[in-house]
Amino acid sequence: MSIWEYANPKKFIATTTPILPWLTGAAIATLVVGLIWGFFFTPEAANFGASVKIFFVHVPSAMMAINAWAMMLVASLIWVIRRHHVSALAARAAAPIGMVFTLIALFTGAVWGQPTWGTWWEWDPRLTSFLILFLFYLGYIALWEAIEDPDTAADLTAVLCMVGSVFAILSRYAVKFWGQGLHQDSTIAKVGERDPLHASYYLPALICMAAFVLIFVALVLIRTQTEIRARRIRALEARMRA
Amino acid sequence: MIALLKRDLALAVRAGGGFGLGLAFFLIVITLVPFGVGPDTGLLGRIAPGIVWVAALLAALLSLDRIFALDHEDGSLPLLATSPLPLEGVALIKGLAHWITTGLPLTIVAPVLGFLLNLDTAAFPWLLASLALGTPALSMIGAFGAALTVGLRRGGLLMSLLVLPLYVPTLIFGALVVARGAEGFSTHMPLLMLAGITAGVFALMPFATAAALRINLR
Amino acid sequence: MIPELGKYAFAVLSSYGVSILLLVGLAWMSVQRARKLRQRLEEVEARMKRHG
Repeated sequence: MSIWEYANPKKFIATTTPILPWLTGAAIATLVVGLIWGFFFTPEAANFGASVKIFFVHVPSAMMAINAWAMMLVASLIWVIRRHHVSALAARAAAPIGMVFTLIALFTGAVWGQPTWGTWWEWDPRLTSFLILFLFYLGYIALWEAIEDPDTAADLTAVLCMVGSVFAILSRYAVKFWGQGLHQDSTIAKVGERDPLHASYYLPALICMAAFVLIFVALVLIRTQTEIRARRIRALEARMRA
Repeated sequence: MIALLKRDLALAVRAGGGFGLGLAFFLIVITLVPFGVGPDTGLLGRIAPGIVWVAALLAALLSLDRIFALDHEDGSLPLLATSPLPLEGVALIKGLAHWITTGLPLTIVAPVLGFLLNLDTAAFPWLLASLALGTPALSMIGAFGAALTVGLRRGGLLMSLLVLPLYVPTLIFGALVVARGAEGFSTHMPLLMLAGITAGVFALMPFATAAALRINLR
Repeated sequence: MIPELGKYAFAVLSSYGVSILLLVGLAWMSVQRARKLRQRLEEVEARMKRHG
């Protein structure tokens, strides 16, 4: 029994369908708990005031926006190397979710920046990188939509995803050279250092992150199943016409 | 390879090849900017590096879809793919030909347009150097975008969407070289980064371009 | 019950609101499409059986 058995579309649907309700339930539950905790039961921060509550949607969505692209890259590599259709379809299914996460991170960043930095939009390295990431998602999705033949589309988008990853990292560092940022550094990994994230924020932040991860996984599974079915409909209809 | 380069250059120079079009477009964009931002020479001088680079980028973009589309239409692309020349070599030559017909003339004309935008004279050598170093990368990245969309009927717009985000690092370092040159700072770091990007793009992009072509020709 | 948000009220409320709205919208669209395609697949498969 190997993990590649799940690359069989039928087997994939059969195994993920019973998991899905639990996963969805867990995703909704953690999201509700995390957001309510973050919204109602966290103290104001000394330097941010009540705006620190935005943290609980901003950081998890930003994290998952990047992770979604990483997952697409892994799925594309699996498709290119082992040619499992489920893998290619999962990459396709993940792209719109990653795009929505990017959008959330950008929006919350903008409304957070307005009162604290005094500007909606600053051409700051982190913000700019996310804008570029958003453009990459747009291009990737557009390429999937534009090509008729599913295998060609899967191949070309996989190539685009790999090349795009290299350029996304390159852009990240290019943008760093190009502007001094207002955005503060990541605080999550700084526990125990001089300026750590306060303990009362740590737990709800972790719950929110778990919630976003669960949401991502659940949505990817749902959308991958949909893509598998769409493919099967195409194949059956083609056979009927023949 | 040389024969293919010669053929592509001859096709581009002949009528309908769009050889002068990119150049004219470059000129028009740069003429239009002062109308948009006003004739304040100080302001124009400050934003000139960015304008020249963005205009060069758009001009390169304009002629990208011709790289493979013409060969695809008349059926010579499958011939090239089955020729003894590896497809990676074809991709490299195509990118090079595109650069010679758009990037090189742009680079040569750019200083003249720098005067129009009141660019600091100290920046002129840097403008030339950055364009000479950076535009080859634009052509090669563009060849990849063209290869991705070669089979599509209306691929032009999609290709812009795919290619423009990939241009970001080149644009940043290219414009940075000129801006720093104009202010008299050291241009060492961005110039090296720009050269690194171009070298990396030329080393790796032909493989990605050839892979995309093979998928499209299947 | 609503905590005192001071001058950040708009920023905090709108970011929670928009985030939830976007997530719910995405989930709703995914589920709708999943449902539609599952039905269509059943139809197509039934038709296949009838025609052999």
